[in-house]
Amino acid sequence: MKAAAIDKSRRRSWRPARWGIYLFLITSAMFFLLPLYIMLVTSFKSMEEIRMGNIFALPFHFTLEPWRQAWSTACTGVACEGVSGGFWNSVAITLPSTVIAILLGAINGYALSFWRPRGAQLLFAILLAGAFIPVQVMMFPLVRLLASLQLFSTLPGIVLVHVIFGMPIMTLLFRNYYLGIPQELFHAARIDGGGFFRIFFQLMLPMSLPMVVVATIMQVTGVWNDYILGLVFAGREHLPMTVQLNNVINTTTGTRMYNVNMAATILTALLPLCIYFISGRWFVRGIAAGAVKG
Amino acid sequence: MTNVSIKHLAVQLGGQQIISQLDLDVAAGEFLVLLGPSGCGKSTLLHSIAGLIDIHAGKIEIAGHDVSHAEPSERQIGMVFQSYALYPNMTVEKNMSFGLRISGLPKAEISRRIEKVAGMLQLDALLDRKPAQLSGGQRQRVAIGRALVREASVFLFDEPLSNLDAKLRTELRRELKLLHQNLAATMIYVTHDQVEAMTLATRIVVMRAGKIQQIGRPAEVYARPANLFVAGFLGAPAMNFIEGQLHAGSQFTSAALNVTCTGYQFDDASMSQSPVARRVVLGMRPEHLSIVENGAYEGVVNLVEPMGNHQVLWLKIAGQLLSCIAHGERQFRIDETVRFDIAMQQSLLFDADSGNRL
Repeated sequence: MKAAAIDKSRRRSWRPARWGIYLFLITSAMFFLLPLYIMLVTSFKSMEEIRMGNIFALPFHFTLEPWRQAWSTACTGVACEGVSGGFWNSVAITLPSTVIAILLGAINGYALSFWRPRGAQLLFAILLAGAFIPVQVMMFPLVRLLASLQLFSTLPGIVLVHVIFGMPIMTLLFRNYYLGIPQELFHAARIDGGGFFRIFFQLMLPMSLPMVVVATIMQVTGVWNDYILGLVFAGREHLPMTVQLNNVINTTTGTRMYNVNMAATILTALLPLCIYFISGRWFVRGIAAGAVKG
Repeated sequence: MTNVSIKHLAVQLGGQQIISQLDLDVAAGEFLVLLGPSGCGKSTLLHSIAGLIDIHAGKIEIAGHDVSHAEPSERQIGMVFQSYALYPNMTVEKNMSFGLRISGLPKAEISRRIEKVAGMLQLDALLDRKPAQLSGGQRQRVAIGRALVREASVFLFDEPLSNLDAKLRTELRRELKLLHQNLAATMIYVTHDQVEAMTLATRIVVMRAGKIQQIGRPAEVYARPANLFVAGFLGAPAMNFIEGQLHAGSQFTSAALNVTCTGYQFDDASMSQSPVARRVVLGMRPEHLSIVENGAYEGVVNLVEPMGNHQVLWLKIAGQLLSCIAHGERQFRIDETVRFDIAMQQSLLFDADSGNRL
């Protein structure tokens, strides 16, 4: 009763300060959403309509043609197959890069926080140092290294590069997560006779579902949005979507197809966006609740 | 028959010597309690018996096998932890069977053991639940069950009741004692709670700074503590200590009290004849001071703590506070002068320098 009354009075009191907050929030939301709005409406217009110059106007004749073109016929350099090829290339790169990086990162974190081998602190420090060195610095040595391993310009090559660059942050994530799990749980599993991999796969990995979700988001968006590594290491056969998008937009034969460019850009950004929206509900909190004192 | 035998054990953690030169034998069927303040090395000792800490020197034998450097799972032990340490992603049944499944026991045998232990600990109705759906007491029961299904030769308990509230703690303490009576299994139990130690143990090991101070039956450790530390650690309120002088082996003198202790049983019988005066500490348990109308000594009531079935009186005698247990209905006023007697037969004398009982 009382709480409800307070709630009501609070809802009624639209003081100026509150108006100010909403005004600010709406303005900044519009500021960030405006480019997206323009991209969306432009991608549904024909070129004639775009040339009329009303970039804020809703499409007069709604058309999906630019999206079709962007997906399957837009020219990326010589070939004119749209960004669809790049999409599947990106999937082929992202999937193994994410799964392998998370698995290795989780095993690293698990070993560092529970088994604590000799020199674990030093190893971890060295691994972390890798996170602070710009990618560009390591580019040339890495090209030479992969070339000598016959992996340059191959799918395994680009996956390996992504796994390597993802390792510091993946290890850090899982190490810190596992440090929060009581050592006693690990001890109990040891007394029950669990070995290194059994404790990892049957106990620790199932317990780290929330961290796996976070790591997946980070690694998928990181790999999907990457441009420079894909351009350098993937080779012509496996160019990721981002590189092809750039080619679509920079290929000018005659008119610039703004609607197609917009559609191709949205298509490229779609997957990370979906991941963000879908995975939110997977953030299962307190999965470890009940393991220790409650 | 000796079940656990520890010889010249030394353990270092982070370059620091936690335990050195420790010897301990645990007989089969014994309920041994390791008791001591935090940081005394009792948990470290238990963890090194379990194989969770590498030992630096010495030897540990369990059931006749040298397990000094064996894996925890090869030591025939079951262990219960303070934080329960249940696997959160498994049901109660899977928690209990985890170790058995790893060791490749046949399914029929696993379910037989789980049924038996679940019946013993009243867990039958909870077998399909996850740890998060259990109360604290139930969780600790599951943890005990998980140790029991291993049918190990030694069960280790690392402060298993510390996370429970007072009522549950008393309940589970009773259950543990019954369990030990029924199973007749060897148990080693770490606690800093002297009530747990006194009620559960068949033998108590009092530890301090990585060294064993005294080993003995609870009553023995309580009545004849080996030194000032053990005397002060056991008992609530703590034993009263008065520093003074012992003359001719029978006259204790101090600023607060002068008492005759003829007939005191010295460890070293020649002490009672010794003519030289020496600095000693007189130790008296609060229950050995009794308030009587015409007692031999006199004190001023400083504080009264009613405990329901008795009262704890704090008496001031020449600047020294002594605690004293008073039974009966009598009401005491602050600053009231009362007379009391001391049961000298039960009082103890300690050497003031070494702290050892005389």
